[in-house]
Amino acid sequence: MADAPKLFKVTIDNISIEVEPGTSILQAARMIGGDVTPPAMCYYSKLKGSGGKCRTCLVEVAAGSTADPRPMPKLVASCRTNVMDGMIVKNITSEKVIDARNGVVEFLLINHPLDCPICDQAGECHLQDLSYEHGKEGTRYEFPKRVFEKHDIGPYIQLHMTRCILCYRCVFLADQLTDKREHGVLDRGDHSEIATYIHQALDHEFIGNVIDVCPVGALTDKTFRFKNRVWFLKPEDAHRECSNPNCCGKAVLWYRGDEVYRVTARKDQWGEVEGWICNECRFEKKKTSDWVIEGPTKVNRHSVISQGHYVGVQKPPEVLYEVLDGRKPKLLMNIHDVSEVNEPGIDLSSIQGPAHSTDFDKG
Amino acid sequence: MGKKLLLEKAHVENIRLYDVYRREGGYRSVEKALKTMTPDQVTDEVKKSGLRGRGGAGFPTGLKWSFIAKPEGVPRHLVCNADESEPGTFKDRYLMEFIPHLLIEGLIVSSFALGSNTTYIYIRGEYAWIVDILEQAISEAKNNGMLGKNILGSGFDCEIYVQRGAGAYICGEETALIESLEGKRGNPRIKPPFPAVKGAWDRPTVVNNVETLAAVVPIINMGGEEYAKIGVGKSTGTKLISACGNINKPGVYEIDMTISVEEFIYSDEYCGGIANGKKLKACIPGGSSVPILPANLLLKTVKGEQRMMNYESLSDGGFAKGSMMGSGGFIVFDEDQCVVKHTYTLARFYRHESCGQCSPCREGTGWMEKILKNIENGKGKISDIDLLWDIQRKIEGNTICPLGDAAAWPVAAAIRHFRDEFEWHVKNPVECLNRNYGLAHYADPLQVVA
Repeated sequence: MADAPKLFKVTIDNISIEVEPGTSILQAARMIGGDVTPPAMCYYSKLKGSGGKCRTCLVEVAAGSTADPRPMPKLVASCRTNVMDGMIVKNITSEKVIDARNGVVEFLLINHPLDCPICDQAGECHLQDLSYEHGKEGTRYEFPKRVFEKHDIGPYIQLHMTRCILCYRCVFLADQLTDKREHGVLDRGDHSEIATYIHQALDHEFIGNVIDVCPVGALTDKTFRFKNRVWFLKPEDAHRECSNPNCCGKAVLWYRGDEVYRVTARKDQWGEVEGWICNECRFEKKKTSDWVIEGPTKVNRHSVISQGHYVGVQKPPEVLYEVLDGRKPKLLMNIHDVSEVNEPGIDLSSIQGPAHSTDFDKG
Repeated sequence: MGKKLLLEKAHVENIRLYDVYRREGGYRSVEKALKTMTPDQVTDEVKKSGLRGRGGAGFPTGLKWSFIAKPEGVPRHLVCNADESEPGTFKDRYLMEFIPHLLIEGLIVSSFALGSNTTYIYIRGEYAWIVDILEQAISEAKNNGMLGKNILGSGFDCEIYVQRGAGAYICGEETALIESLEGKRGNPRIKPPFPAVKGAWDRPTVVNNVETLAAVVPIINMGGEEYAKIGVGKSTGTKLISACGNINKPGVYEIDMTISVEEFIYSDEYCGGIANGKKLKACIPGGSSVPILPANLLLKTVKGEQRMMNYESLSDGGFAKGSMMGSGGFIVFDEDQCVVKHTYTLARFYRHESCGQCSPCREGTGWMEKILKNIENGKGKISDIDLLWDIQRKIEGNTICPLGDAAAWPVAAAIRHFRDEFEWHVKNPVECLNRNYGLAHYADPLQVVA
């Protein structure tokens, strides 16, 4: 009998959990769930090599392991640090972590345009959530913000670098999902930008997924831009037989009324895509008849999207129609039956000046 | 005169040529190591010597070498970090330019110790002419059987390649250097895994500074224990210091780490005193990233002891009252220099060189630069000084690589030691454009802590 692999016991904010060796602190925290889970802006479990860049998931390691209980000198990125047996991690119980995280949020926001009112990502933006939880109401930054031109990368996607937080997710996605390297990061420091070299189109059947992995509104769906706000839309799970063998065919249709405004991949509770969908499913199939509807998507009730959710909502009955005994509303009343105002039996041109009711009475 | 190990022969005529270098006793260490020693013995000698990395961090080299993973069938690499871009540091340039064979010799011995058959020199792009010097030295060494297959009949093969960088400071960070060497964008990697386990092309890799690798030559020649006798404490051997700023004799000096800072600045053998008879105001003892020290703290430690030019003494007092040996870029400021302007210049440098990968460094360096620009130009506010302090505090330690720390430390130290100068700038917005704060009290004797 093969021995079961030894599990590592890790304690995060005084909550213990046993996880398999090789699990990152962030993954262990997600297993626990709730408030102890550090936020992650750049880490994406489906993308190899992602993480470690945004520094929002920093945690304090109070004891490295049972064998070596020394604390780690610096805060570590929980997404890229693997647990050790007996590790003690402090997330929200550490003032150092909270302080550093507030700092990171401030850094992320100083050059962010904060144009949420006109941004398509608003309502499902990770940066918005992060700043609600960890940001301050004021800013200490008094300088002009960095701005970039908008770029159309291909027929479906628009890149608005001004909003980008350089999480590199789209770069990893394009590297890993597509067979040739199509875009990357130009320049360095605070003027570095995500770009195709140079101003080329991203042309790949799966490239639409960069919209889903983008945590902010930097990469948006051109077929959906400015069409609607996400919280007015009602998400429905749906699937279809996609001819592309690599496409999972499972998606979320975003309805308003009977119209499908956009199609996205399904996301789990951490905002990560469950299966990649191809461009055809995403951009071309915007009719209900293209899809098999499975039912309403479960939306976290803390999300603003849940305000337009289906639960308990019924279409109002056509009360007026019944009251009118089957008559069409527009035939409710023929004004000419009750009034002669528009067909007066008097010659209006014979009246001097404005007509008065008395003029008609005379007739 | 201190003992010279590295630059002793640097000024022999035509030392750049193999024949001359060989006649002056060069490549003895290769013969000794490859013919009479095992790789582990070489590593042991380096361990015994107490040699510390000369690139800035001062990590013991022998220990670093012993960490390298040795999986079966996987090639290992030694990479020489010649991406010397720290402002104020130019010692490696001098060494490579004047005595290139010393580096090649050190590389062969170190490659032998680490089992690296393919060794790279990653050199900064701006050192274009040094590439030619190194490549000529490599081809000469190869023609004379010191490189290539079966060196000196020992069965050890080694090739050295020179790779030019494209002029990024960040590529001096070892993992960014490896990325750049692989042909990728020079973004530092997230550690672990460390390069000693997974470095270039996922193979075990050791990255060492030029001076460190050159220092292996005298260690093998004279023996590790003998080398350890030079210097004091954990600061063994000799160190190249590149002195610049307001001194009479700027240049590269080899010191044996037993002299005091005062002697180094004022003796005619070294810097020759402050230029134009001015007074010393401040100094950065180890390259632009390390904390700046005012004159009084530079010459004496808080305990009232003479501050020496070695790793321990320079870092005595921690970051609050001390600094670091760093890479040996010794920048001296006289009474006419403005610390605010200098800090602004450094902030501009780090903003420009931040790779932009992780948010605190990408956004924080730019922010600090803008605030410092305002203060320098008389548009600052008193609250800006505290804001700067808060920004640097939030960058330090929260970034992937040490560039964030390197950007934060100079600002922190400048505010810590020269806060009145910052305040004077803010309070005298017109005057600060026309004159500098001057020497002020920065050279006054310190109160000795009992």
